[in-house]
Amino acid sequence: MELLTFTDKGIYCPEADVHIDPWKPVERAIVSHGHSDHAYPGHRYYLCTSSALPVVRYRLGEEGATFQALEYGEPIVMNGVRFSFHPAGHIPGSAQVRVERNGEVWVFSGDYKLQDDGISTPFEPVKCNVFVTESTFGLPVYKWKEQSQVMASINDWWNTNRNEGKTSVLTGYTLGKSQRILRNIDLSIGPVFVHGAVDSVNQIMRSQGIELPEAPRVTDDIKKEDLRGALIICPPSAVGSPWMRRFFPYSLGVASGWMKLRGTRRRRGADRGFVLSDHADWDDLNVAIRATGAERVFVTHGYSEIFTQWLNTQGLEAREVKTRFEGELAEMAEASTQ
Amino acid sequence: MKHFCQLFTELDQTTKTLGKIKALIAYFEKASDEDKLWAIALLSHRRPKRTVNATYLAQWATEVSQLPAWLFEESYHVVGDLAETITLVLPSQYEPSDYSLTYWMDFIRQLENKEVGEKKELIVWAWSRLSESERFVFNKLITGGFRIGVSQKLMVKALAKFADVRESTIAHRLMGNWSPDQNNFQELVYTTDEADISRPYPFYLAYALDTPVEELGDPSEWLAEHKWDGIRGQVIVRGRQLFVWSRGEELVTDKYPEFEVMLRALPDGTVLDGEIMPFKDERPLSFNHLQTRIGRKKLSQRLLNEVPVVFIAYDVLEYNGDDIRDWPMVERRRKLEELCSTDGKVLRLSPKVNFASWDELAEERQRSREYLSEGIMLKRFNSIYRDGRRRGDWWKWKIDPYTVDAVLIYAMRGHGRRANLYTDYTFAVWDDGQLVPFTKAYSGLTDEEIREVDRWVKQNTIERFGPVRSVKPQLVFEIHFEGIQRSTRHKSGIALRFPRMARWRKDKNIEEANTINDLKALLEV
Repeated sequence: MELLTFTDKGIYCPEADVHIDPWKPVERAIVSHGHSDHAYPGHRYYLCTSSALPVVRYRLGEEGATFQALEYGEPIVMNGVRFSFHPAGHIPGSAQVRVERNGEVWVFSGDYKLQDDGISTPFEPVKCNVFVTESTFGLPVYKWKEQSQVMASINDWWNTNRNEGKTSVLTGYTLGKSQRILRNIDLSIGPVFVHGAVDSVNQIMRSQGIELPEAPRVTDDIKKEDLRGALIICPPSAVGSPWMRRFFPYSLGVASGWMKLRGTRRRRGADRGFVLSDHADWDDLNVAIRATGAERVFVTHGYSEIFTQWLNTQGLEAREVKTRFEGELAEMAEASTQ
Repeated sequence: MKHFCQLFTELDQTTKTLGKIKALIAYFEKASDEDKLWAIALLSHRRPKRTVNATYLAQWATEVSQLPAWLFEESYHVVGDLAETITLVLPSQYEPSDYSLTYWMDFIRQLENKEVGEKKELIVWAWSRLSESERFVFNKLITGGFRIGVSQKLMVKALAKFADVRESTIAHRLMGNWSPDQNNFQELVYTTDEADISRPYPFYLAYALDTPVEELGDPSEWLAEHKWDGIRGQVIVRGRQLFVWSRGEELVTDKYPEFEVMLRALPDGTVLDGEIMPFKDERPLSFNHLQTRIGRKKLSQRLLNEVPVVFIAYDVLEYNGDDIRDWPMVERRRKLEELCSTDGKVLRLSPKVNFASWDELAEERQRSREYLSEGIMLKRFNSIYRDGRRRGDWWKWKIDPYTVDAVLIYAMRGHGRRANLYTDYTFAVWDDGQLVPFTKAYSGLTDEEIREVDRWVKQNTIERFGPVRSVKPQLVFEIHFEGIQRSTRHKSGIALRFPRMARWRKDKNIEEANTINDLKALLEV
């Protein structure tokens, strides 16, 4: 029997009777990180990293469920199968899941990136026989620039807007992207405010000891003049809602890997698109897979079909698997009502 | 190139008119006259012709980036734009260079007579000297599909502001025959001498009527005519020469030898606005007939006999060499009637539709299809002839389209701003218990609906053939179209004109879609 199998509920380890990132309610779930397409509600027992735990708990509520957390690298054994978490570099607390039985090692990548974003524990390659990888940006057209270059262009944009008396509204996913921006932006340009959904996550992260600069929540008490020229960080779903009216006149920026394509940028109707992703680009996907030394690769969400074909031409035994993970798509679509 | 590239990026980054004008003016201030002229040419659809085959470009980019050909192909399907795909797959490293736009335009044009091997060497060299954004602009310039997200009207507005010349004057000066080789910036923009006798006037275009017709007020203030479904054109007689321009600013005199007679019928210094219409036995023919003539290099006598064309005149813009566009329409119309009275065969006056009340006109509009017209044009009697698309004095009041409920069966990824999304759909109707494809449609859905259908397509794919997916027959759409023709080229035996999605019929299931016989019944009308 295979160590991990792919079922209609999620990735399953029959030997240990535990699911990884299942999308249907199960008894026991190992959760790679807190994004909603990986951490679904309704399971009885959750296992995640201790740094992911506060957010996972906050997002899922805790009625009836049991939560357990491990440090990166700390093992837990279930019926002879040894599980451990290793940094995935995707967002703070995100992990790859290493599964070992009798010397055979499988690694489920979850979502990951190799770039050091200055806030997440950097990605750590884990040697394995079988690697289950995402492929959100598994096409050679997706290549990222250095984070410092992207941040510099965000700073320039903010500065220009501020000089023109405009507010800069930047959308990014509530969990991960928003904090990454906040942590790396040039705060000497002006004040930063955040949407309530972002603030909730910020507060949780601060309370677990992750350093984040001050960024007040946008409330009705804040005067319009105080927002003028500021940077506002909010989820994509806030765009077009009445909540935005208070920022007028503003310039709208979108921070996402999808902004790499001109078509997507234009479709978003934003003034500016910044190519900033929490997923590995084409080059890094290939680097990461090589580094695992795996002979077999399963490819989950993204351009999975194409990427699988590519890996097969590279001498690996690759197979596509269907999951409910959506990568950055889910991040773009997620509602702000968290 | 740096300035032009910055202009391109800025135009691309803003959706706001004011921002675009600002960026254009900033460019005109920085660029040399030579470069300005090229920019104007590129923004007014005067692109040089393609000097390198697109297939070669794709092949060379595949080689340089060391990718398998199929992976380049897949990337292209996702990106939806060849120039952009090439830009993105090429290695990011480059050696910075600082050549002008004119330099690169000459570079591209001189490739024309080179051997393939030499072309490749030069192109690869160019790629290695340009940054990612410069490379994209360069690739766009070679592949010819240069749409820059700014209309000619907007460019004219910015240029007028920069040069401090009236907008309508600039618009007129930029019409007709000129090129960066034969003209220079100063003479093009500032010279008042009308040396080019072929130069047409900018067309006045109407918006679709979007309010109840009664709101136009007193019917007696309006002229009504049929809206003909041909090619809008301008006929110019100056210096005893005839020039025929299409709305796309293309000189098409050679394509319509029938029009030679107008040289005799019209006095020198005359410019008419009208419709180039296929017309036989005192009846208009459908647009499809005209299409058989459009692409032809050589017009056979047989084709000329089968599909003769006439010019249905709407307006007169120049008379006795004088620009009379600011005369009230009623007076221009009187002049037009006089001019059209001499021929009557090839040169025809667009007939007035007489009506006393809006109700009466509405009835007449319902009969439009019998005349193969698209509906009614309404023009205020006292209106002047303006340039570009304007609201207020002229309106088109089209007939309601045909409608059919159809099932989505194939989806293909779109291009441009719809890249990476399944937006191009094939629809089917029932034929004896089978769903048969009968039309494609690309437009009509909101961005939000497109995203929803895209997601649905990805989850309900049956099979993939390259960029196309066959999907579970489940979604029903209301398709609108303007005309229907028998066709031997289509399996279904019919071809639609201007099909588009009017509504996503979430309330209908596939059994409720129309049948091929419902469609064929429309052929009889």
